[in-house]
Amino acid sequence: MNSTSIKPVSERRLRNTTSFKQSLQNSLTMAYRGLLKIKRTPEQLFDVTLQPILFTLMFTYIFGGAISGDVKSYLPVIIPGILVQTVITTSIVTGVQLREDMDKGVFDRFKSLPIARIAPLSGALLADTIRYTIATVLTFTMGYIMGYRPDGGFGYVVLAGLLVIVCAWAISWIFAFFGVIARTASSVQGISMIVLFPLTFLSNAFVPANTMPNWLQWFVKINPISHLVTAVRNLANSGTIGWDFSISLIGAAVIVVIFAPITVRAYMRRT
Amino acid sequence: MSNEQRTVSEEWAVEAQGLVKTFGNNRAVDGVSLNVRAGSIYGVLGPNGAGKTTTIRMLATLLKPDAGSARIFGHDVVKEAQIVRQIIGVTGQYASVDEALSATENLVIFSRLLGLSRSEARQKAAELLEEFGLTEAAKRPLKNFSGGMRRRLDLAASLIAQPPLIFLDEPTTGLDPRTRNQMWDTIRRLVKTGSTVLLTTQYLQEADELADRIAVIDRGQVVAEGTVDELKTSVGNSSLQLRIQEAQDIARARQTIERVLEVQSAVSAEGGIITAPMADADRVTDLLIALRDAGIPLAELSVQKPTLDEVFLTITGHGVEDEVKGDSEKVKEAAQ
Repeated sequence: MNSTSIKPVSERRLRNTTSFKQSLQNSLTMAYRGLLKIKRTPEQLFDVTLQPILFTLMFTYIFGGAISGDVKSYLPVIIPGILVQTVITTSIVTGVQLREDMDKGVFDRFKSLPIARIAPLSGALLADTIRYTIATVLTFTMGYIMGYRPDGGFGYVVLAGLLVIVCAWAISWIFAFFGVIARTASSVQGISMIVLFPLTFLSNAFVPANTMPNWLQWFVKINPISHLVTAVRNLANSGTIGWDFSISLIGAAVIVVIFAPITVRAYMRRT
Repeated sequence: MSNEQRTVSEEWAVEAQGLVKTFGNNRAVDGVSLNVRAGSIYGVLGPNGAGKTTTIRMLATLLKPDAGSARIFGHDVVKEAQIVRQIIGVTGQYASVDEALSATENLVIFSRLLGLSRSEARQKAAELLEEFGLTEAAKRPLKNFSGGMRRRLDLAASLIAQPPLIFLDEPTTGLDPRTRNQMWDTIRRLVKTGSTVLLTTQYLQEADELADRIAVIDRGQVVAEGTVDELKTSVGNSSLQLRIQEAQDIARARQTIERVLEVQSAVSAEGGIITAPMADADRVTDLLIALRDAGIPLAELSVQKPTLDEVFLTITGHGVEDEVKGDSEKVKEAAQ
């Protein structure tokens, strides 16, 4: 509305498609929006800050003596377990927040803008890796304070952290899918917890599998969460990259390959 | 895209043919056709739940029509949706901005999404905030914004790409008179720079102030279309309201009114009040004399500026549907 007048339609360069480069740029801008929102409402980080601190303290002191004889020798078992459990639980929030976000008026504007349709989705998922990073750093820090000295060394601990973050990002596509198809945010939370609770607890995250009945061991051994936990233990405690590491990454890739397209399609249908 | 396609006529900003949208059993939009000339302000007037918002959402590519077609500057809203999005701005009824962020952050993000560089985006945001008198509140989170400020920011966000066509869905609903007048001025300035504006409103006065042409929508259909003057003539500039002392005289009084004023009259729901459009004030004298001659005593006489009610009464033969039903339909619309 400044003195310059509006450019007529015939003089505009108009394209009916979105390039890959534009999709990427739009996603990064949407991720930036996600980061700003976290900055503006830091209280939404309560879960990722408190959960690792609380769970690490609780589980270690409750189970430590019973499972490993003493707290100190339980730490190499429990810290990777807590890490995986906390970070993956955090990925539920992605779906919940996506649902809340999509109900807001601002999504109408995103829909009316000439941007890549996938951007609001991929941007949100990308921004959430910051949450996983916070949870990861805090869990390892808590472990360190309580006396955990991973034998793998700093480099392998970082690698273990990255592995968990990548896997959590992959899993967040599942919850993003629930987020897109569900009617309310609380139902997303509900469905996700039902899926995640058995997965994290029926694993080797807290308790060695060989103490469980046979039929349960069978499930625990095929549970992808167990493989991820084992991969993290191998990396952090002995600096080795084994078969579990590969299985975790393959599993993450499979999840993305399946859920990213169906999530985007469901999202497109709603927009 | 080929040059051939790019030279499509620019005369029409909007050409909609028989748009239909059904939500469950509710035919929210039932064959709406609209033509909006480029460079004009077009008003879509109707009560809550008439299908205004749904129509706009279809034109703005937010909803797919179940039937019918629409073109924006010659581009089909379904087949060329991404092109249409490059030439429109949409300001919804509910502020479509991010509550958690500040005004500047909102505008910067929208600018970046529209392809502006970081510095261009900052500059654009500052420019728009200045223009809309929001500079002082630029850094505050929107939670603390008044309704008027939010609307202004919303409109500012729609203008980043300087779109040739702007959709405004009830831009002044819920604003106080002063803020409303500011919004009207802004809309007028917009059109001066060459934009086309399609706005919806529930208020005849607003359509009267702003629009070059008006379409009246009721129950998902266009029931009248024309310039403001044409519409007003059909309604009568004002309406005459007469309260008759004796209820049994009402029928006779209506006959007298219809004979003298040569218009349709209606009796209000509460009974006792006859409403008739007053096309020519001079004739009221004749009417009063005729009523006295007929021996019909009046309890009260008043003249009222036309309201949406009268427009509806005149055009559709029924009044505005009761608000409660209208509201629930609006909620349904919004939920889709």
